[in-house]
Amino acid sequence: MIERLAANFHYLAAVALFVIGFHTMLTHANLIKKIMGMNIMDTAIFLLFISSGYVHGGRAPIVDPGLVPGIVRYVNPLPSALILTGIVIAVSITAFALGLIVKLYQFYGTLDADEIAALRSRGL
Amino acid sequence: MDSRILRLTLRVVVPCIQLFGVYVVFNGHLSPGGAFAGGTIIGASLILQVLVGTYRVSQQAEDVSALVESASLGWYLLLGFVGLLAGRAFLSNAGVFPLGRPGKPFSSGMILAVSLGVGAKVASTMQTLFVGLIHGGAHDPGKE
Amino acid sequence: MTGRNLAALLTLAVVTFIMVLVVAEMPEFGSLDKPQDNELYQRVAYRVVEDTGAVNAIAGIILDYRAYDTLGEATVLLVAIMATLAALSAGSGRHDAGGPPHG
Repeated sequence: MIERLAANFHYLAAVALFVIGFHTMLTHANLIKKIMGMNIMDTAIFLLFISSGYVHGGRAPIVDPGLVPGIVRYVNPLPSALILTGIVIAVSITAFALGLIVKLYQFYGTLDADEIAALRSRGL
Repeated sequence: MDSRILRLTLRVVVPCIQLFGVYVVFNGHLSPGGAFAGGTIIGASLILQVLVGTYRVSQQAEDVSALVESASLGWYLLLGFVGLLAGRAFLSNAGVFPLGRPGKPFSSGMILAVSLGVGAKVASTMQTLFVGLIHGGAHDPGKE
Repeated sequence: MTGRNLAALLTLAVVTFIMVLVVAEMPEFGSLDKPQDNELYQRVAYRVVEDTGAVNAIAGIILDYRAYDTLGEATVLLVAIMATLAALSAGSGRHDAGGPPHG
């Protein structure tokens, strides 16, 4: 188990990034910092997927038509293509969340989630 | 912010960034990069212009951006319907568009054409989102 | 506040433990017998040039094999920008008596 963990240390880095982002989202009341934590979690997912497509001795999937197939080994391009979609979604979600945060600040005058909850519970 | 040094540096830097972005878009099917990466580079140069200038874009630039947003998606759909007209599936490439010789700049048929549209769309999306966010939705903040 | 931090740390410890266990069971990094390195990968990696004409396999995948998906992606960008601008320009807030409220 330990040697498998040592061989899979890229995935462990993704786990670390995910936990860092999750910690940021859980413990910070500032909404902008929550968005930053969400982006770090996104990055963890991207790292996990792209590193899962690696094969030992593989080249970047820029296929050279002159080379004989089967001799050159390419990295799996499917996770990379999948993650491109994920990056676009992450950008869209971030932009929309930032827009909502701008409106929240204009309405409540604060970025603190606890203060906003307190204001809302007092019916303001 | 209106500084002579910034404006002069901008005049040198922005065309270089945009040229590089166009290069990345045009070589999307040949080298690492592609429409999304190249469009982001061009969008970064547009954001740089907004940052160094008066934090505002002209009405004309906004109109162009909105046009590009819609036109690029329409261009994508149009290319998809070319496949239907040729009797193939929606958005099919091989057999509808000439594929050319692989490795040459003008090859791979639909991919290059779609790349141009997607790159323009990503660039204008980045500019519009940035300008919208720094103004907080107020269309003319200097009026009040 | 400290109670909440403690609860957060406990949650994170549990999540980390589960994830590390999952990583210990995952196929080895870089080996060729992973489940995602199946015949689809073999086909895409070696036939993408004659299928799509693109030398870059990723461009061939996202703009030819999965062009429909990329169309959806472009639509997502359009919807995101529409939603953001709509949320930003929706009705003026309470403190909106000329400029941002606190500075």
